Amino acid sequence: MTRPTGTSAPPPPPGPAPEPAAESVAERGLIRRLLPSRSRGNLPDQVYVMLLRGFGLLLPVLFLFMVHRIATSAWPAIQAFGWGFITSQEWNPVLRDFGALPFIFGTIVSSFLALLIAVPLSVGLAIFLTELAPRWLAAPVAFATELLAAIPSVVYGLWGIFVLVPFLRFTIQEPLSRTLGDTIPFFAGPAYGFSMMSGAVILSIMIIPFISAVTREVLAAVPREQREAALALGATRWEMTWQVALPYALPGIVGGAILGLGRALGETMAITMVIGNRPDIAASLFAPGYTMASVLANEFTEATGELYLSALMEIALLLFGITILVNIAAQFLVWRVARGGGKT
Amino acid sequence: MRLRAVALTLLAGLFSLGGAGCWSSESDAGSDDPTATAQPGQITLTGAGATFPFPIYARWFSVYNQQTGVRINYQSIGSGGGIRQMIEGTVEFGATDAPLTEEDLARIPGTLSIPTVLGAVVLTYNLPGLEGTVRLDGETIAGIFLGEIRRWRDPRIQALNPGVEFPDRDIIPVHRSDGSGTTYVFTDYLGVISPAWRTRVGTGNAVRWPTGLGARGNEGVTGQVRQAPGGIGYVEQVFARQNNLPMAHVRNAQGEFIAPSIGATTAAAGGLLERVVNDDFRLSIVNADAEGAYPISSWTYLLISPHMRDCTRAVALLEVIRWALLEGESHVLDLNYAPLTPGLRLRAMEALKVVTCGAENRPVIDPARDFQAEWEAGEAAS
Repeated sequence: MTRPTGTSAPPPPPGPAPEPAAESVAERGLIRRLLPSRSRGNLPDQVYVMLLRGFGLLLPVLFLFMVHRIATSAWPAIQAFGWGFITSQEWNPVLRDFGALPFIFGTIVSSFLALLIAVPLSVGLAIFLTELAPRWLAAPVAFATELLAAIPSVVYGLWGIFVLVPFLRFTIQEPLSRTLGDTIPFFAGPAYGFSMMSGAVILSIMIIPFISAVTREVLAAVPREQREAALALGATRWEMTWQVALPYALPGIVGGAILGLGRALGETMAITMVIGNRPDIAASLFAPGYTMASVLANEFTEATGELYLSALMEIALLLFGITILVNIAAQFLVWRVARGGGKT
Repeated sequence: MRLRAVALTLLAGLFSLGGAGCWSSESDAGSDDPTATAQPGQITLTGAGATFPFPIYARWFSVYNQQTGVRINYQSIGSGGGIRQMIEGTVEFGATDAPLTEEDLARIPGTLSIPTVLGAVVLTYNLPGLEGTVRLDGETIAGIFLGEIRRWRDPRIQALNPGVEFPDRDIIPVHRSDGSGTTYVFTDYLGVISPAWRTRVGTGNAVRWPTGLGARGNEGVTGQVRQAPGGIGYVEQVFARQNNLPMAHVRNAQGEFIAPSIGATTAAAGGLLERVVNDDFRLSIVNADAEGAYPISSWTYLLISPHMRDCTRAVALLEVIRWALLEGESHVLDLNYAPLTPGLRLRAMEALKVVTCGAENRPVIDPARDFQAEWEAGEAAS
């Protein structure tokens, strides 16, 4: 890349000046001459740096462009509804009356329910794989778990419609709503199958690979000395895992869980296919719900009229905001555990 | 889907930044000399809109391309998307299932809505062990989707189906969760029939459903109905026919129970010609008062701008439409769509005579051209 001879003299470098006439040690003189020009000022280097700077700035600029675009499109709805947009339960495209609360509720409840299912399963799986499983079993099981992350979400959705939903409906929802439905509002009928519960279960399966992968990493990062010290003090394997390894890895596990939460919040296709898509706020887990991502995917293509589009854009903006906050929290927690563990 | 939405947003952004410039420069180049005749093979027309007529449009445009070399690039991005692209001026024609609203028409004044084919919405159901076909009327359908009729053994359903033994099941109504022309037609029909529906729900591509489950697309509705014994949902007739779904017979304005069929759909457009005033085809044909008419029928439109800058392209576009309407009927029947009556097709071509092009507002179609005579000559020849 760099031309070895300085025919076109580089601008006078501030460092040690090249020796004007080095006849005795020509080679050394050449290196001397090249050194400052390599470090700064040379045209290819400048191009290279600028190119990389461009790449580096491209993504933040794209991000800002998207925020700007969504925010300007959402502006008419923000003006028309104000804070009422977040608190209103009415979503009526015919009357042009829009409120996002059922969607916010559906997104947050389905995602947190998914976490409630996925975190214990993932942590249990990770403990088994790092602490208990023999090596010949651990590797294939870990691989299979990670494969779950590679399945397209529409395939999850189809599996949900044809397998999960009928299973939940006939083996869990109908018996529970018949027996406990009148006393416990969470189990109130009728049981359609397509429900908040189905949405949460499918989300939990989709986020298990992420949470368990992070948890395995942080458990593996627990220093060997800590475990050995605990065992030397007479701890059982259970006590060692529960009282030493897990607390040490806790911030990382929380970070992994929040990463999974971020994914659950933004998931669209699979949950749309099983949640029932009704913008209502119901206590029952068996009642259909609706999420922010789903309503965007469902209604955007056929939305006519400025206010309708703008209301959808405002939902996009809210979803954007929620996922960014969740991701920042995850970054922060993972950063903390990388800095040397939760115990300080 | 998320990807698609993001891509659409980005695309929209790109179009608003640079797309407009590209288009105008291209048409400027053409309008320098409006009398120049470009080779037909060089012309590519762009349109976007409704998904329901996509199969027939794709067939028409591909056959036409083979015959003439004119390429028509139709993107089925949804009726709403088609209207938006027309407003932004990024396409040469749009397509929509629901008629253009006054609000949208105000933003693209003079835009013509040209009907192309007819569609129907059918009710499909899942009643294991049921003998015979379910018969319904508008009031009952409205009651089901309003949540007032909750059991299949409701006396109102039983009264329409004497002798049919219904299972003792809850009714699970399934509707489209995505905005759709199908939903528009269905809610339009219920609004015409039922005052309660009109006041409580209304008509639109997407509405506030009082009850039931939402599913994405015709296939989603079908999937949920199949999974839920007792389920009932509405889908496009073409889709139902291709998938051999059970279809309820619906009572029409003359009191007949009509099985959904292509003939019954065309019959619904029978008495329409007299109702078209000022060449405005934005008429509802639900609950048509005609013999043998299936009541939940509608038509789908092309959106044509009343003035185009580039005469070569304008001529090419209107010629495609003429060919499709007057010579493309066999393809319509092939694909299970219902064709318009000949009178309506000729009337639509007459309406297109107002379209002008170029700086001097030349008419695109010769005002003296007699489509009626051409049609009769064509009929006589075949």
